Formats: sequence, C-alpha cells, structure tokens
Amino acid sequence: MENINTSRRSFIKTTSLTGVGLIIGVSSFAREKHPKNISHTNPNKATVLDLEINPFIIISTDGSIALINPRPDMGQGSTQAAPSLIAEELEVSLDKVRLIQSDGQSKYGSQQSGGSSTVRGLWTSLRKAGAAAKEMLIETAAKRWNASIADCYANDGKIYLKNSDKSFTYGELVDEASKLVVPKNPKLKDPKDFKILGKYNKRLDVPERVTGKAVYGIDIDIPNMVYACIQHSPAIHGKIVSIDDSETLKVKGVLQVMKCERQMPHRKSDAVAIIATNWWAALKGRKALKVTWDNGDLAKTMSTDNYFAATYEAAKKEGIRYEEKGDFNAKFANAKQKLEANYETPFLAHAPIEPECAVVHVKDDGTAEVWAHVQGPDGGLGDVSAALGISKDKIKFNVPLLGGSFGRKAYHDYLNETCFLAKALKKPVKMIWTREDDITQGPYRPGMLSHMQGFVDGGKITGYHHHAIGESIVGQVFNGLAPDESDPWLSGEISTENSKYEFPVSKISWTNVKTDIPIVWWRSVYASNMGWGQECFIDELAQLAGKDPLEARLDLITDARYRKVLETIAEKANWKEKLSAGQGKGLAVFASFGSISACCITVSKNGDGIKIDKVVSVLDCGYYVNPDHVKAQTEGNIVMGITAAIKGGITFTNGVCDQSNFHQYNVMRLNEAPKMEIHIIDSGENPGGVGEPGLPPVAPALGNAIFAATGKRLRKLPFDITNLA
Amino acid sequence: MAIFNLTVNGKKTKVDVEPDMPLLWVVRDFVGLKGTKFGCGMAMCGACTVHVNGEASRSCQIPVSSLAKNAKITTIEGIGETQLHAVQQAWIEEQVPQCGYCQSGQIMSAAALLKTNPKPNDADIDAAMSGNLCRCGTYDRIRKGIHRAADSLQNTNTGSGK
Repeated sequence: MENINTSRRSFIKTTSLTGVGLIIGVSSFAREKHPKNISHTNPNKATVLDLEINPFIIISTDGSIALINPRPDMGQGSTQAAPSLIAEELEVSLDKVRLIQSDGQSKYGSQQSGGSSTVRGLWTSLRKAGAAAKEMLIETAAKRWNASIADCYANDGKIYLKNSDKSFTYGELVDEASKLVVPKNPKLKDPKDFKILGKYNKRLDVPERVTGKAVYGIDIDIPNMVYACIQHSPAIHGKIVSIDDSETLKVKGVLQVMKCERQMPHRKSDAVAIIATNWWAALKGRKALKVTWDNGDLAKTMSTDNYFAATYEAAKKEGIRYEEKGDFNAKFANAKQKLEANYETPFLAHAPIEPECAVVHVKDDGTAEVWAHVQGPDGGLGDVSAALGISKDKIKFNVPLLGGSFGRKAYHDYLNETCFLAKALKKPVKMIWTREDDITQGPYRPGMLSHMQGFVDGGKITGYHHHAIGESIVGQVFNGLAPDESDPWLSGEISTENSKYEFPVSKISWTNVKTDIPIVWWRSVYASNMGWGQECFIDELAQLAGKDPLEARLDLITDARYRKVLETIAEKANWKEKLSAGQGKGLAVFASFGSISACCITVSKNGDGIKIDKVVSVLDCGYYVNPDHVKAQTEGNIVMGITAAIKGGITFTNGVCDQSNFHQYNVMRLNEAPKMEIHIIDSGENPGGVGEPGLPPVAPALGNAIFAATGKRLRKLPFDITNLA
Repeated sequence: MAIFNLTVNGKKTKVDVEPDMPLLWVVRDFVGLKGTKFGCGMAMCGACTVHVNGEASRSCQIPVSSLAKNAKITTIEGIGETQLHAVQQAWIEEQVPQCGYCQSGQIMSAAALLKTNPKPNDADIDAAMSGNLCRCGTYDRIRKGIHRAADSLQNTNTGSGK
C-alpha cells in the first residue's frame, strides 16, 4: 500500500506541473486513515457516517449520495454535465443524488467555468473518480461474499452478485470501502455502454428555474446585512476630487457614504459607496450624490475613435510575426490577383441579465463568509483572501447560480469592492451593480481590427495573411505580454494550425494597440472577433478566384474532420439549392476550444436591408454529455453571434461610455430571433468545448450571406440589417 | 416610510416602505419573494415582470404607492402554487431555461398572453414577448414553449385530450 504522504506529495507535484488539479480526481484524499466525516448530510441522524470516497463523491452509510459539481453554472448546464460524468461510472442515477457546488478549496482542483472547459476538462478525471469509487465498492462486496470481483457488478446504487439474489447498497459498503486503496487506473466504461453520457436527459434543475425557487447571486439575504450601491467614475479611472453627499444623507434609509475602491486585476479605481438599509435607498442616495472627478488624459486614452484610428494606422505597418510559410510579402507584391481589406469588430459588453453583485460578511472571530456568483470559486477565494487579508482556510465561499455571465463574472472587481466595504463596515454587505454600472464600466470584449491580405492563382487561394490588431487580454489583464511577443491566445485561434487551411503561402501577425478601456474575455474570446475577418475574407478571395465559397474552402483543407463539418453544413443547409431572387446563402467555419463549428445563414432582401430566413449550425464537439445541452448552447451562440453582428457595440467618447442601458446597448429580442437548426456530428473524438465554439462562424456567415444576396461586402460590425444602404 | 397593504399571490401582506419604492424591491426585499428579478431598472428587459390584476407589468417601474388598494399582485411564486402552470410545465418539457434568470419574467409574460389569447400565432407571440430579453438566447424554445402551453390549455379546457 502506498504511503499516504507520498501520494499527497505526488498529487501536489502533478497539479503544479500541469495546472490541472483534477487530472487525478481519484487523488489520495480518500486514503485518510480515518475517513472524513462530512457534517452537512443528514444532521438529524447522528448514527449516519458520511464518507468522502474522493473529493467528488460522498456516500453516507444510510445510502444517500452527494456528488460535487466543480464548475459553477451560468446557464451552460454544468450542474448536470459534471455530475453526469461521475454518475455514469459510479452507476447511480442523477435524480437520486444530491449535488453540491464546490467551494473553491484546492482539493477540487481547477473550478473555473470558462474556456468551454467543463466537459472536455473533466471528461476523464471525473469519470475516473466515479469508476474508482465503484471498484472500491465492488471489491468490498466481493470480499464479503467471498466471491471474485468479476462476479460482482454495480447498478443503480447497488452492488450485485451475478446469478444470485444478493446485493448491497453503496451505503452498506461504504465504511469498509473507504478504507481501501484508491485504484489509480480504474477501468472506464466503453462509450457504447453509456447510460447517461451522450443521451438526452432533462436537466433536473429546470423545475426550480421556472418556479422562482432557484437561488442566484442577487437572491442572497443574510441577517443584519446592509446594502450598497456604488458610484463609479464615469470615465472609469477618474480620481475623486470632492464628494458632496449632503443630499444623499437626507435619503431615508441611507446610513453612510464612504470612499471605496474598485480593484480590477490590473489597476485600481476610485469609487464612492452608498450604504443603506435597503438597496433602493442606496440607489436613490447615489442619484443624489455629487462627485467631482479628475479625469486627466482619459478623454484621449478612453476614446474608441482614437483606438480604432490607431489600429488602422497599425494595419499599414508590419506586425509581429506569429507564423509564416514562404515569403508572403514578396509573393504578395508580385501577385497578379490580390486583395487587401480591413475587418473591424467593436467593443462589447457581456450584459448578463443578472448584474454583478456579491454578499460578504467579515465576522468578529476573524473568519469570513462570501456568497458570490463567480465563474470560478478557486480564483474567487484567492481574490477574497487577498482583499480581506484573511487566509483561505478561514473563508467559506458559497457560489449561488449565475444569472448569465459570458465571461464577465470571472472578473472579480465587483467582488473586491464588496470585500472592501465588508472589511470597513464589519457588517454583512450586499452590493449590487446597476445595469448602468454593467454597461458603462466594463470590462468589455476588446474591439479588434483584422487586416487581411491574400492572393489567388489559377482559380485557387494561394496566399493569405491575417494581421490581428488591438488590445491584448493577456497584456492588459495579466500584464503578461512582452513588447516583442504576439498575443499567445489570439495567434492560437487564427493560426493555420487551428484553421487547417493549407495555404501555399501564409503569414499570421499581430500588433498590440493599447487602451485604458478595461477589457476581458467575452464568449469565445478572440474567436468572436477574428472569425469575422478570417471567414469573410476567405469568401472575398474565393470570389476573386472564381470559386464557390464551399469549394474554395475544401480546396484548402485536407483534414478529414474539418472536411466533414463543411460537407455536413453544405448538406444540412442545402448549400447548392436554387435560391429565389434577392436571396443569398453564406457560410463560415471556425474551430475554437477544441471543437469545430460551421454556420450557414440564408437571407433575403427586404427593402433597404435584409431579413434572416434561416440559420443552420453544425458542431463537431467530439463526445458530449447531453445532446440537448449542446443544442441549447448552440442556439445561444447563434443568438449572441447575430446580436454581436447587428446590435450593440460599445463606444467611448471623451472618456465616457456612450451606452448606458438596454435602450442604447441593444441585444436581440424574441421577434428578431431567426429560425434555427442545429446538427451535432457524432465524431467520437475527444470532447471539445460546447459553450462557445458555435459563436465565431455566425457573424461571417451572415456577412457572406448578405454579400451573396446583395453584392454588398460589409467589413465593419455592427451593421444595421434593416438598412444596408 | 408608510404602511402599504398588499395582496401578493392571494395573501394579504403589510409593508412599511418609502412610497416611491418600486414594487420590484418591495416584493423581493420586503415580502421576501426572490423569484422576480432585477435586470435593468427601466422596463427594458422584462426580468421583473409580475401580474397586476392579471396584466403583465414591469414591477421596476411601479411605485408601490401607485398601486390601487385592491390590486392583486401575482409573482412567479404564485402562478403555479398548487400545481405547475401550463407555461411552467411547457418550459420544463421544452427545456427552455439556460441560466434561467430571465425566465420568471418570460413565464409571467407568456401566462398573461395566454389568458387573453389562448391560441397565439407567431406574430402574437412576437408582440407579447419582445419586451423580455434573454441573453442566453432561449427565444426559439420560448416560442415552442408558448405553443405547447397553448395546446395543453386548450386540451384541458375542451376536455378533448389529456
């Protein structure tokens, strides 16, 4: 038997090397000499022992089972997807287990929902966790029956002895089983034997989401809490010159006004908090507050016009090379048939319908409790610990549901603000951002420019250059980009390795144009920007080459999986069908987060604009948990992708955001939602992402469809589809 | 502060709040019903939709003092108290919610629509539901859910099917 301490060390070593703690979900934690008693199950039954088989599975001696979901749910379905991975191998049905959201403690490994990583990141480790526990239960049962392990099997929470009427519930075995060595390489089920994975299952949390019972971040109430509303700097980074709170303090319910700070990952801003007995009073108090701000140079440095002007200037110069095949510049200079174009994508707010909020309680005994709808409680716990100056083990971190996020709630400025107030006030504080805070304060998806160059020869696309220009998330948020370095995230998404386009000559380059406007990842990160330039320009080159856009792409791609995606979209969207006058079809393909998605959109002329007749999306995400999750996420990606093409757009003038609420920052409404059809390719490949990959091809498919229908090539997002004149 | 006597989900309740406080915050923070959501504070998103005398209303824009004395307020918690409302049932069948945050408002708008128009066509649905934003993009399923709920209500009412 391996020594407990040795395996602990190896766990730490492995995690630190890979950065993926869950790589050994069947870690040594179950090998406690005295199984850990988890007190929160069945508190009334003193005789029940709750045993942590491994960090993700708690089986009680009374047979009840709890599984841990290590990825917060923002609508992507992780509360079903993650436990399904365990339940499949453990042979329990999800309606009989209790789900617990992980709390940020390191034993659960990475707990960040993001990068479309839940299923692809946990596919093996959580299944192994379930399979290892099952093998331990089987071994225990076999011993008791004096039978061979091969004669025992698990089904629906029990171990059975073949050819007999004997069985034990997991609860009857768990005490003994938990003392066994955790198998390192438990046998995983053959996918053909899956009962849950890959099958349609209704999500068990839907009933509470349709009855008002689901608890989101904004729904947390704790005794004796005060409410906070925060006056941020209109120019985000302005410094406070003076505060006149005389009218604010007259508002009934307002308790006090205090300076506070908004700690973003890369810098800190001044802010003023209004503390009140209820949030409405705090908001009224904010409206009555007068703050004078010193904005310094922000009028210049926080201007989207200035920013984009700088990107267009950068497009005239050579960028930092990420990859190059052949001498692109020389070939381009001499090419007879060539094209050059700039594609622009705007800054965007995430605008989850639930605004940013948090509840933090710093207690007299030096501990703290937090309720925050973050995408990752592990990172959240670290930030809270730093903000409060309290060690992680003295902080209880609760993660309620996220009312949407799309990347936003992984940026903890709002949580840091709440910590600042809770620390100062020594009372539980509930802080809620207004919609105006959410829209005007960022962080935003960065606006980007794609400078495209290419040439064709003999009816084929033979040269291609994508020069990505704009602010870097790695650079701004993490201060992690060297001046001579191309953004590692961005270049990965637009590399030929990712697109699988085998251009005879190609170049991918990058120029960093900085801005003070705070930015962060937004659903599908740079792919949401870069898909627009890449896939519209491929169509432009195809046209120059006299090629059908589908054929031009197939000419460039030999990768079987990508070809299958293209062939499938052509078939499902009836690419070759004869269209009526004024109709057009456009397609695009983009790979991101380990999956490949293609989109085909059909549009018709409608007065001076167009209307979207239909959207067909194809996704090859390898193995998946639930086809209905995949479809739902792809529907969401279609709506968000079209919204990003034809709505919204954040602009800053003289340092201040020009949009403030949904009357100016428009998002798609139900009457504008097109007919959509989604097809999943069952490739049997390793799981890829689902929450994001459907988005990047949507905007370019629309742009290409508009060109097909109207002859008009659009290169700047957003555009107004009702008026393209 | 002032005392207001409200009827919420059939129950009489007394709150002591400022007269200009919107019904949204009264319901959430003084009556304690958290199902009604805050989204924009200017009637642009519909997350705060409740029924006032059966009519879908944006509770973020209704000062509590403007409510008639006998106003009947219904929230998401009250619409299917004894058994799930047909719209809620349809939402489960169609697996409508993703994050679900806007769905209280969506369901209240849909239920109000079906009360006055038991068999809405797509244009009717567009007109009734376009004030409710869903950032997750569940619109296709919302539309299907409303058609399904309409069918099930019709079957119940005519007794023609289960």
